[in-house]
Amino acid sequence: MRYLPLNDADRRAMLKTIGAGKIDELFADVPDDALNASFDLPNHAGELEVERALGAMAAKNRAAGDGPFFIGGGAYKHHIPATVDHIIQRSEFLTAYTPYQPEIAQGTLQYLFEFQTQVSALSGMEVANASMYDGSTGCAEAALMARRITKRTKAVLSGGLHPHYGAVTRTNLELLEDEVVTAPVDVSASEDLAAMIDDDTACVIVQTPDVFGNIRDLAPIAEAAHAKGALLIAVVTEAVSLGGLKSPGEMGADIFVGEGQSLGNGLGFGGPYVGLFATRQKYLRQMPGRLCGETTDVDGKRGFVLTLSTREQHIRRDKATSNICTNSGLCVLAFTIHMTLLGQAGLRQLALLNHQAACKTADALAAINGVEVINKAYFNEFTLRLPKSASDVVEKLAVQGVLAGVPGGRLWPGDPGADNLLIVAASECTTDADIEAFAAKLRGAL
Amino acid sequence: MTANTQHHPTFTGNKALQIEEALSFEIGGLDRTGVDFPPAEDRADRLGGLGRDSDIGLPGLSEPETMRHFVRLSQKNYAIDMGPFPLGSCTMKHNPRLNEKIARLPGFADLHPLAPQSCVQGALELIDTLADWLKQLTGMPAVAMSPKAGAHGELCGMMAIKAAIEARGEGAKRTRVLAPESAHGTNPATAVQCGFTVEAIPADATGRVDLAALKEKLGDDVAAIMVTNPNTCGLFERDIRAIADAVHDAGGYFYCDGANFNAIAGKVKPGDLGVDAMHINLHKTFSTPHGGGGPGAGPTVLAASLAEFAPVPFVERRDGDYHLVETPGAKSFGRLTAFHGQMGMFTRALAYMMSHGIDGVRQVAEDAVLNANYVLARLKVEMTPAFDGYCMHEALFDDRFLKDTGVEIAKAMIDEGYHPMTMYFPLVVHGAMLIEPTESESKRELDLFCGALLSLAKRAKAGATEAFKAAPVYAPRRRLDETAAARKPVLRWTPA
Repeated sequence: MRYLPLNDADRRAMLKTIGAGKIDELFADVPDDALNASFDLPNHAGELEVERALGAMAAKNRAAGDGPFFIGGGAYKHHIPATVDHIIQRSEFLTAYTPYQPEIAQGTLQYLFEFQTQVSALSGMEVANASMYDGSTGCAEAALMARRITKRTKAVLSGGLHPHYGAVTRTNLELLEDEVVTAPVDVSASEDLAAMIDDDTACVIVQTPDVFGNIRDLAPIAEAAHAKGALLIAVVTEAVSLGGLKSPGEMGADIFVGEGQSLGNGLGFGGPYVGLFATRQKYLRQMPGRLCGETTDVDGKRGFVLTLSTREQHIRRDKATSNICTNSGLCVLAFTIHMTLLGQAGLRQLALLNHQAACKTADALAAINGVEVINKAYFNEFTLRLPKSASDVVEKLAVQGVLAGVPGGRLWPGDPGADNLLIVAASECTTDADIEAFAAKLRGAL
Repeated sequence: MTANTQHHPTFTGNKALQIEEALSFEIGGLDRTGVDFPPAEDRADRLGGLGRDSDIGLPGLSEPETMRHFVRLSQKNYAIDMGPFPLGSCTMKHNPRLNEKIARLPGFADLHPLAPQSCVQGALELIDTLADWLKQLTGMPAVAMSPKAGAHGELCGMMAIKAAIEARGEGAKRTRVLAPESAHGTNPATAVQCGFTVEAIPADATGRVDLAALKEKLGDDVAAIMVTNPNTCGLFERDIRAIADAVHDAGGYFYCDGANFNAIAGKVKPGDLGVDAMHINLHKTFSTPHGGGGPGAGPTVLAASLAEFAPVPFVERRDGDYHLVETPGAKSFGRLTAFHGQMGMFTRALAYMMSHGIDGVRQVAEDAVLNANYVLARLKVEMTPAFDGYCMHEALFDDRFLKDTGVEIAKAMIDEGYHPMTMYFPLVVHGAMLIEPTESESKRELDLFCGALLSLAKRAKAGATEAFKAAPVYAPRRRLDETAAARKPVLRWTPA
């Protein structure tokens, strides 16, 4: 077995040193009838055989790069520079543990510090943590944090929040018997959230661009929330938009939650991704997750350590701000490398190209009879109202090689109002030929 | 050496291959970038007046500068590929590169989670195949695949337990959760996140759950116990079935923290021991890399009594096709994450399982336990094992052998070229040192490692206190001031 260095001679010699006759003596505490259970599973296989079997499974899937591709809805197709994947596969990053021994983990710690700086700058917030699992779990954690800060137990969720983010947040809050008010599905960004905020409200959670692609002005909502002593949690599922749009911090958000997948991380069928989490300095000690801080060593040299761990489960146990432990280390690294390559100049250009690709796509599709583009302001994602079920259209186009977007029925099953909605995303990867193919097939499908 | 470096500083601060590296922000410029894009078109935007005017303030680096920056940083890290990483409870085993290759196949890596199900049948097949392995290995009938890490899996299991208790109409009554003093910190944190209160179960003199004390604490207000098995002292809970029976008799559930499943995988099915729910750390037991702190994956197996409370989404096989069920049934406790779980970890874990096969998985457990006992046998000459008898996959020592020297061995191990073992955990042992060698270490490597530790133990006993206090001296950084870091937190770079 290629992963095991011991051979039988080693094993015999070691048992002798231990003073055991055979290996099962070391398992003596296991109830006899439970030891050496039988399993209906195959025996070991060579690299070639495993590659063949799993390669066959991979080949049954249609990858985003296989043809015209317009699916978004919280996960986005972007080009990842080759440098990113090379660096994250370096053994020193890939096979390191959480940096609990900082003297021999400065590599990890310094990129965490750089990541926190990047997330703070992008979000316009003062402090960022070293990552959450993904945007949706970060959203739930933000709601829990708002609950700790305000000591209130009601959350208001925008009707433009990704429904899966809403579901994750509800699942977490309802455990604590909190009240979760979810605004009706809001396709056109016309809801009046201010009216839903009252003196019991801990937080209002708003996504921008929202799940339909509408860009939302958070400033009036922040003002309304603050007037009632509630916090505004701003959710961004498309990290590239932070390069093109006013930051949540500028618009008055108290907690920023983002999905960082768009930078450095592939679609990967939904994970692993990287949750971005930032807030105001004054709420620092209520943050969940790891924080990396700057310090010096005994020789006076700058170095980095995990810090403020007294918020965390391994120190505080039942009083911790969260149970999170392992988070998204290597995905953080991928994000940080991609963002380092881009810099603000590159990110702005990337954002602009994404926006323009979406505008072009929207124009081409809006020209089709019976197709309506709902959004007034959007970034790289927008929503169409079709004259028929979007799920059927998506299936039909998939057969013809075009992955057209997220049908409303997928995100709001059982909501007839959503059936004809199609959420469409474009990016720097979208070509004119992709747009033409999409428009032609969509015309044919209606 | 310390004196030398102090007396002969280099101009750059570098020491041969040990190269100092600034923050990326101190190297790059705001107008620079390492990515080439086509020009944008000259057209009006549709951003609704909400375009970003303010500076982001993040400099960019060219590609060679970026490469050099991160390669230099990488060289300041210790890693399992460089040497033994004996962190108890963390399972730092070899990460096969076949796993990486499989995970990067475009059919997995470049696949959208919301692509039509007809386009992702192979991905659903992979999830279902991995689920089947996990159910078989644990002897449990159901598994929730979406938890993103071990602690998230704990949350999944405890949420299912809470939902089951509420379905029984006992939600208001059963509010207590019991967990041993030796439990991972995630256990009590998870229980509280689910709205329970937590009480500690004391350990007996052998490092295991004190069954009599547990029984005294059980009652009709207990929702569950959370027990790690093998436990965090590296010992198999001898009374595991009696523990399970006791909690079941009291109407509660048995949550097993599966962080140490690697010690028994392929040998013992937790389902045969009375477990109701258990997460499996794919990044520990099944070799997906730790990546400097994640990503992990924490699929959670569930007993039949909890299966109907599982979260969405999950994969079902019907008529030869795979279906992803995304709408929760009436009893499901809801949703844990936006998509379907850590697919990138699933591909890696399955590649590992298929490579080892069931015969290999069993051999892995045996070798892991053998290696730990070998270390225990070799080290007990100079060091003091916390408990008598054999251990499972990790060997626990206390600091009695150091008497009252105040010496901490960990930092001196760094100078010997090793990552230290887990220190001061579990909390039930004074000065705990928890060593988990895993099956990935050869006998030769273990002999060298034990030789180094024995030598350190002897030096510590001989009173070389100052040398230990000064360590490490050969690492890229010497001891870092963690107190200062916490007192006045600097959590981001700001331009000078």
